[in-house]
Amino acid sequence: MHRWGMVIDLDKCSACQACVVACQAENNIAIIGPEEAAKGRTIHWIELIPYVEGEYPHVKARLIPRPCMHCDHPPCTKVCPVYATYINEEGLVAQINYRCIGCRYCTTACPYTVKYFNWYPPQWPKEMKGSLNRDVSIRTKGVVEKCTFCSHRLLRAREKAKIEGRELLPEDYIPACVQACPSGAMYFGDLNDPHSTVSILSRERRAFRLMEELGTEPKVYYLAEGM
Amino acid sequence: MEKDHEKPVEDLILFEPILKTGKAFYLAFATLVAVILWAAGAYLYQYRHGLGVTGLARPTFWGVYITNFVFFIGISHAGTLISAILRLAKAEWRRSITRSAEVITVLVLFFGVGNILMDLGRPDRMLNIIKYSQFQSPLLWDVSSITVYLTASSIYLFLPLIPDIALLRDHGGKWKWFYRILALGWKGTERQHRLLEKGIAFMAILVIPVAVSVHTVVSFVFAMTIQPMWHSAIFGPYFVAGAIFSGIAALIVAMNLIRKVYHLEDYLRPVHFNNLGILLLVMTLLWFYFTFTEYLTVYYGAEPLHMTIFWSKFTGRFALPFWGMFFFCFVVPLPLLSLRRTRTPLGTLIASISIVIGMWLERYIIVVPTLTNPRLPNETVLYAPTWVEWSIFAGCISFFVLLYMIFTKVFPIVSIWEVREGREKSMAEVQERIRTYLPGISVE
Repeated sequence: MHRWGMVIDLDKCSACQACVVACQAENNIAIIGPEEAAKGRTIHWIELIPYVEGEYPHVKARLIPRPCMHCDHPPCTKVCPVYATYINEEGLVAQINYRCIGCRYCTTACPYTVKYFNWYPPQWPKEMKGSLNRDVSIRTKGVVEKCTFCSHRLLRAREKAKIEGRELLPEDYIPACVQACPSGAMYFGDLNDPHSTVSILSRERRAFRLMEELGTEPKVYYLAEGM
Repeated sequence: MEKDHEKPVEDLILFEPILKTGKAFYLAFATLVAVILWAAGAYLYQYRHGLGVTGLARPTFWGVYITNFVFFIGISHAGTLISAILRLAKAEWRRSITRSAEVITVLVLFFGVGNILMDLGRPDRMLNIIKYSQFQSPLLWDVSSITVYLTASSIYLFLPLIPDIALLRDHGGKWKWFYRILALGWKGTERQHRLLEKGIAFMAILVIPVAVSVHTVVSFVFAMTIQPMWHSAIFGPYFVAGAIFSGIAALIVAMNLIRKVYHLEDYLRPVHFNNLGILLLVMTLLWFYFTFTEYLTVYYGAEPLHMTIFWSKFTGRFALPFWGMFFFCFVVPLPLLSLRRTRTPLGTLIASISIVIGMWLERYIIVVPTLTNPRLPNETVLYAPTWVEWSIFAGCISFFVLLYMIFTKVFPIVSIWEVREGREKSMAEVQERIRTYLPGISVE
């Protein structure tokens, strides 16, 4: 069984936000306009988190790309009253948009605040409507959404492998953010395979995960900078 | 007891609200309906446009609706719990207040549940909770617990109503058919009385653990997450104590209103307010004890994550509601309830109104600051409720008052048969009971 995971090398990351843009386009994420954005209603399945350490004059700021952590022990799936979010056998924390009742319990329970709510019906500028991705369902107002590690691409890859009559190879499946990263800072693959890049990198000395002390066992690893 | 139906003149004043309806009632009725219609309009607006019309945003995903949910479920603890405890303790002064307390429970529960439903992004899918129940979620524990509580409280309200309904069937003017159905053939025989008393005693015992469980699992919605200042083992008892606290306060407010409007000074006497006032004083101190313990633990431990939230309440952007809560829950009621001179109907009324306001603020100060300060750095987004949320809140309160008013117009708000039973039987019973306590007096 695969166990999908991601590694982000912060030494290589230039915080260009190409991953954010690629994700926005790939996953049909609504564009809500500056007014609503100021209210805190933007949706970003992956986002750059500003970590500011120390105080003036010894300030150090870091920007960390933050997709869904796809925890092995997700605090969000436990609290969902209707199984609209659950962890599947490949370790992906999935979201069933058409079952979600919009109680926002998962959004409050997630310590990484990776879950987003559709406060209004999703909207796009006219010019963009034609370029929506047909593989990703459009959410309605009043439901929660979040990063899926582009699981629709996994479905596609699996179909393709089946047609070609072969096993699914880890290289067949790669999320849009990883594909778009211009500095090659993001890696994706099977953490269960001891020889995969992500598996090797995740055991490197620089590797850490966000809030490991919570015991959520995230499957997104970061490689610390400057070591 | 069988002579009940031969004395319609006695306790006539208790029948009066049902027999006669004045202008003031219609005026109040119209005002409340206007507020409710306005609130219904606000909800329709939210239903059509989405929850974006509220002040909620990321990361403050929960606000006034969840505050109201906890608040209303808390208020509901007045009735059934107080009434059950007083009944089991054989407190004779309970007789004229139990009914008005039990009604609060049953009615206010609907608004607790209603606020959760209005908070849903997809209320049209609420039946998914039954279709795809995931019992690991504390929300499901709430659903189960509140359903049991509503059922048990309704039965507990209805049982002691039966003899009074029979009185109305025999003497009331209007809706005879209605009372005939609800009286369930009550004739007041010895056997019926025995069965009724057994039923009431059984429900009184059953309802206490259910009531405790309800507010405990409401607290679990927060305490089961790992969010700072929510993830606390004290939350269960803290919420239960707070619920009883705000519940008694709501009861005193209701009793004051009934007393004034229906001229029941002879039934709801200063001694009732004095006794409830002492109970409320105990809860005031208990509330302070829990609050103090909760915040001292956080402060002493001084984990940075917790301290951010702690200071946001003590000196930061939530200082006003936080200190407001302390002022209304403790500073105002403590002296009023401590002094015999101010433990009057008016004194307890002022203390109670203060506590009800303070407890709403307490719920708010538990829900919002934690969400405003998530673990990961986040844009500072300040939650401010919009007119939609305030309108719906006003609508809920108005709807509750309206239903309560209607209840007093259909059923006697003071239990007639229990008051009579007190006069006829209890005097001797209590004397007999006291004899069993005292040394040197033989008991046969």
